[in-house]
Amino acid sequence: MSQAAPLIEARHLAKRYGERDVLDDVSFTLHQGQCLALFGPNGAGKSTLLKLVAMLIRPSNGELYLDGRRVGEDQDALRRRIGVLSHQSFVYDALSARENLVFYGQLYGLAQPAERADQLLSQVGLDLFAGDPVRTFSRGMIQRLAIARALLHDPDLLLLDEPYTGLDQKAVAMLDDEVDRAKAAGTTIFLISHDFAEGLRAADRAAILYRGRLRYFSDGPVSPEDFAQTYQGLVG
Amino acid sequence: MTLKPSFPRAVWAMLVKDLRLEFHTKEMFSALLIFALLVAVAFSFAFDVAPEGLREVFPGMIWVAFFFAGMLALNRSFASEKQNGCLQALMLGPFDRSAIYFAKVIGNLLVMLASEVVLTPLFFIFFDMRLDGSIWLLAAIWLLATFGFIAVGTLLSALAAQARASEILLPIIVFPVITPVVMAAVKSTAGLLLGARLVDYAIWLKLLVAYDLIFLAVPFILFEYLLEV
Amino acid sequence: MPQAKGPARDMTQTLGLLAAVAVFVALGLVFLWVPAERVMGDVQRIFYFHVASAWNAFLAFLVVFVASIAFLRSGSHRWDTLAYCSAEIGVVFTTITLITGPIWARPIWNTWWSWDPRLTTTLILWFIYLAYLVIRSSAEGSQQQSRLAAVFGIIGFVDVPIVFMSTRWWRSIHPTLIQTDKMNMEPSMVFTMVFSFVSFTILYAFLLSYRVRLETLAERAAALKRDLRR
Repeated sequence: MSQAAPLIEARHLAKRYGERDVLDDVSFTLHQGQCLALFGPNGAGKSTLLKLVAMLIRPSNGELYLDGRRVGEDQDALRRRIGVLSHQSFVYDALSARENLVFYGQLYGLAQPAERADQLLSQVGLDLFAGDPVRTFSRGMIQRLAIARALLHDPDLLLLDEPYTGLDQKAVAMLDDEVDRAKAAGTTIFLISHDFAEGLRAADRAAILYRGRLRYFSDGPVSPEDFAQTYQGLVG
Repeated sequence: MTLKPSFPRAVWAMLVKDLRLEFHTKEMFSALLIFALLVAVAFSFAFDVAPEGLREVFPGMIWVAFFFAGMLALNRSFASEKQNGCLQALMLGPFDRSAIYFAKVIGNLLVMLASEVVLTPLFFIFFDMRLDGSIWLLAAIWLLATFGFIAVGTLLSALAAQARASEILLPIIVFPVITPVVMAAVKSTAGLLLGARLVDYAIWLKLLVAYDLIFLAVPFILFEYLLEV
Repeated sequence: MPQAKGPARDMTQTLGLLAAVAVFVALGLVFLWVPAERVMGDVQRIFYFHVASAWNAFLAFLVVFVASIAFLRSGSHRWDTLAYCSAEIGVVFTTITLITGPIWARPIWNTWWSWDPRLTTTLILWFIYLAYLVIRSSAEGSQQQSRLAAVFGIIGFVDVPIVFMSTRWWRSIHPTLIQTDKMNMEPSMVFTMVFSFVSFTILYAFLLSYRVRLETLAERAAALKRDLRR
C-alpha cells in the first residue's frame, strides 16, 4: 500500500445541529479500492457522516480530504467522481427509465448520455422497459434503475446508504454483482448497513459509529461472527 | 461566482427535464388556467359593476387572478423533486447549486407566461375590455411582473417544500413579499388601459425592473443555503 | 458552559432593572409632565409609545436581518437563536404599533384605519414577520428550520424598503389627507419623545436578552431529555 493520498481522509470531523452533537471527532482514512462497511444503531450519525463525505453538508469542525484535496471551494470536480445510492430511488416517476438516465447523464456531462443509458439499462436488465414511465415499474425494477443511476457516470467513490433495505432477491443479487464489479475495477466503496452478513460480504474494512463517535475501525476484513461480538461489546 | 461550462449545461438539462415532466403531467399549466378562470367567474359575480367601473377594477382583477393561480402552480414546482429524493440527487451533481434555482425560474416563467398568453385574451373578452395602448407595452408589463413574482415565488417554494404543510405555508410567505409587484403590476396595467401617458406610470415599470433585479440577485446568493440537508 | 450563565444572567437582570426604571419615568413624562398638544389634545400622548414601538419593531427586524446573515455565514447556533427571539419581539411591537395607530387615528383622522403608506407598510411588515414565525413553527424540530428562517429573514428585510416606496407611490396618486410629519413639537415634547425612544430601546434589549436566555435553557433541557431517552 503506497498510494499517494488516501481517497477519503477525515480529520476530527464534527457536525452539530443546534445544541446537539451528531458527529464528534471522527477521523479515519480509506484508500483507493478499499470497501468500508459502517455500522451503528439508529441515530448514531451514520447518514450524517455519509452526507459529509458526499459534500451534501459541511462539517461544523474538522477537515475532510478527498483524493488529497481539501473539501471546500470548487467541489464540482470532486462531486463528478462520487456516486450515491440511497434507500430513496432518486428517479422521476413521470419520466421513462431511459429519460431518467439520459437526464442524469447530461447533468454529469457525459459525452454520450443516450448510449451510456442504454448500456446500463441492459446491464440491469431493464432494456425491455426502457421507454415505460417509472410509475408503472415494480419495486424491484425501480431499485435496479436506482443502481444504474448511481453507476451512470463511472464514479471513483461509491457511497451506499442502507442499500439493502427493502431490496427484493433479484435486486440484492444485482447489487452484489455491481459492487463486485466496481471493486474489481478499483472503485472505492463506503457503505452503511444494518445487516452484518450483507454489509460485510465485500468489505475489507468495518467500522462502528456510536453516539456520534467512531468506536471501532478494523484494519482488515472481519467475519460477521467476530464482528457481531465486537458490536455487542461496544453497543450492547 | 465563476461561470463554468457545467452551469449552462446543468441548467439546460434540468429545464428540459422540467418541461418534459410538465408536458407529461400538465400539473402547473392546468392549475393556472382553471383556477385563474374560476377567479374571473367569481369576480364577475362579486363585482357586478357598470362597464365604466369595470375599467377601474379590471387591472386588479386580472393580476389577483394570475398571482393566486400562480401560487397554486408554484406549490407543484418542487413536488417532483421531493418525491423520490431527487432534489438530493441534483445537489450531488457536479455544478453550482444555483443552477437548480435558475432552471426552475426559467421553467416556471415559461409555464406561467404560456398560461397568460391564453388567459389574457379570455379576460379581455369576458370583461369586454379593449386595449387602446401598445401591445408591446402590455407584453413588457406582463413579463416584468410575472418575472418578479416567479423569481421570489420559486425561491420561496423551494423553502416551503422543505417544511411541513408546505401547501398552506407558501401563500402565507409569498404574498407579503410580492406586495410591491402586485401594486406595480396593477398600477401600470391601469395606466395602460386607462390611456394615461407613459411618464405617469413609468415609475411603476422602473420599480418592477428594480424588484426583478434585486430578487434575481438575492436568491442566487441564498439558494445554496436553502438546500443543505 | 456553566460559567457563561453567570454574566448572561447578571446582564439580563441589570437590563431589566434599567428598563423598569426608564419605562416608569417615560410613563411619568408622557402622562404627567409633557403638556398636551394644542390641536389634538390628550390623545396625542399615545404617539410617544406608538412611534417608539415602531422604532423598536424596526430595530428588532434589523437585528433579525443581521443575525440571519451572520448565522448563514458562520453556522453558529447563537445567531439563529438571536434572530428568532428578536423576530418574536419585533412582531409584538409591530402589533402594538398597529393597535396604537388606529386609537390615535380615530379622533384625529375620523377613521380607525387609513391606507396611509406608513400604516400599510407596518401591516405588511407584520405579515412578513408573522410568515417568518410560521416558517419556524412549520419546520420545527427539523435541522433545516434555522436555515429556512434565516433565508426568509434576509428576503423579508430586503423587501421592506421596496414595500415602503411602493406604498408611498401608491398613495401619492390620491391626495394625502393629513401630513402627520409637519407636527410642530415643543422642546418638552421632543425631550419626551427622545426619552421614550431610549426607554423602549432598553426595554427591547432586556426582552431580547431575557428571551435568548430562556430559549437557550429550553434547548439545553430538550437536549438533556433526548439523552435520557436514549
